[in-house]
Amino acid sequence: MTELILFDAFNGLIIGAFYALMALGLSLILNLSGVINFAHGGFLAVGAYLAFVLIPYIGFWGALIVAPLLTAVVGLVVERVLIRPLYGRDPLYSLLLTFGLAYVLEDGTRDIWGSQTLPFAVPDWLGAPLSSRYFFLTGYRLFMVAVVAAAVAGLFLILTRTKLGIRIRAGTFDLETVAALGVNAKLLRLVNFGLGIYLAGLAGVLAAGMLGLQPTLGSDLIMPSFVAIIIGGLGSLPGTLLGGLLIGLASGIVTVFYPSASEAVIYIMMALVLLVRPRGLLGEQGRV
Amino acid sequence: MGAPRKIIANLTVWLLLLTMPFWLDALGGYTSLGSQVLVLALAATALNFLLGFTGVLSFGHAAFFGLGSYGAGMTIKYLLPNTLAGIAVGVAVGTVAAAAIGALIVRLRGIYFAMVTIAFGQVFYFIAFRWNTVTGGDDGLSGWQRLPIDLGFARIDIVHSQVTFYYFVLLCFAVAVAIMAALLHSPFGRTLLAIRENETRARFLGIPVALHIWLSWLISCAFASLAGALYALLNNFADPHFLHWEQSGEFVIMAVLGGMRTFWGPLVGAAIFIVLQNYVSSLTESWMMYIGIFFIVVVLFFPRGVLGLVTKVAPVNLF
Repeated sequence: MTELILFDAFNGLIIGAFYALMALGLSLILNLSGVINFAHGGFLAVGAYLAFVLIPYIGFWGALIVAPLLTAVVGLVVERVLIRPLYGRDPLYSLLLTFGLAYVLEDGTRDIWGSQTLPFAVPDWLGAPLSSRYFFLTGYRLFMVAVVAAAVAGLFLILTRTKLGIRIRAGTFDLETVAALGVNAKLLRLVNFGLGIYLAGLAGVLAAGMLGLQPTLGSDLIMPSFVAIIIGGLGSLPGTLLGGLLIGLASGIVTVFYPSASEAVIYIMMALVLLVRPRGLLGEQGRV
Repeated sequence: MGAPRKIIANLTVWLLLLTMPFWLDALGGYTSLGSQVLVLALAATALNFLLGFTGVLSFGHAAFFGLGSYGAGMTIKYLLPNTLAGIAVGVAVGTVAAAAIGALIVRLRGIYFAMVTIAFGQVFYFIAFRWNTVTGGDDGLSGWQRLPIDLGFARIDIVHSQVTFYYFVLLCFAVAVAIMAALLHSPFGRTLLAIRENETRARFLGIPVALHIWLSWLISCAFASLAGALYALLNNFADPHFLHWEQSGEFVIMAVLGGMRTFWGPLVGAAIFIVLQNYVSSLTESWMMYIGIFFIVVVLFFPRGVLGLVTKVAPVNLF
């Protein structure tokens, strides 16, 4: 029983790390540009399929580096062509546009690669269990946790230590003033969008190795990412991270006792948070 | 828009709806397609009560639409084989859920409100999806059908005649939109417009903004659940996808496509969307992609919607 709980809790944490990685990208875009990127899951799937295509040529490690970057390039094009015209208009429009884009990306990947689950090869030594007692501790799972941790650390370093990151954070508070100080706001939003999509692509490559490759990969993961943002607190990136890990852990543990409720539990958590603390766990006063 | 034009517009709409079973077949449609348009138009109009006339974006109306569907279907299947009882329970279930959720989220605004409504909608989807024994799970709730309506002095057979059922739906639609129109013309409705235009100023005037938004949300969700109940009766089936956020997105696009600042916009949007969806899905399997492209085109090139293009939209324009 202890093994079972540990297994599901650990599994939940990994899933939570995915949610967090995806939700961080969503949060970046939401905070600076006010766009709820419904297509985030679509970009995640794009990252996964790009890695699938690249692996025969450059191997898993190459794909892990290149696929998210290519996904980010797709994201940059989308931002420049489709989303930029909508800044300054009612947020309804960017929401609808990315909603349509999510359809296009999901059906597009289905048209190209089919709707069946494709095998996604990770290096053999990563797939093997590390311990016979704790069979769930495969190298790949630990590796994923390490990659997510590295990505999150990198993101927070960028945001706190680089000029770009400081501008992004300043723009989140007041983009107009930042623009008045001579920062190119359009470029800032573009780069920020690319950064968010890069995280989605990275999450996609990791998710494909664990869950297998399907067109619906992204749309299954996007809703919990929304919940992670709401629970963690709107406008707070550490909150988003915390929210993602919390809901992953919670749904993992609930899986042990009552599997049917493993999805519903995160929404119940969200309702409780909204009831007790409407701005979320780490949300700032007055942002909502 | 002047008063005579308003009257002409309203007369045209009702005349077209009343005669639809007579000309729809000639155009290559069928009566149940007309019923489908009416029902989804009711849902989109209900959404637009909140979106277009209160300025609050909900992206989770499918939850209440779906609760109406399951409420009606499960009542008829398990409790009481009576069509009207099914509708009543469906609306009641959706409205009660909306009251509770509304109380939680009414303090949020803008995109945050939208995001929370998206997330909440999914709870009911997962319940319907997982609770196999009662809801039928992924296969949906089947094994029941709508029944003739017994009024005591007369019996209306909405089961075998699609045309009779169409007029039954039209009656429900007419009552619902009449109530919404009357509300929008009342001081309450004007207050909602005031909140949409400038919430801060409305607050300064002493208007309890949160209460008004909650009430508008409640009205909107109640009519969305009515539409859901009717949709279940139309199909003799309730599908978990009625509860899915994709369905919510379709309601929003209907309202935007038709023109969300106009009262009849959602009806026009629903008609265009459904005809298009039926047509495209008969042509290709990847209809989702074309619908997605359609969303993008509407947002980029027709943000004011069809009726927004034909009418000159004044800041306050009800009909």
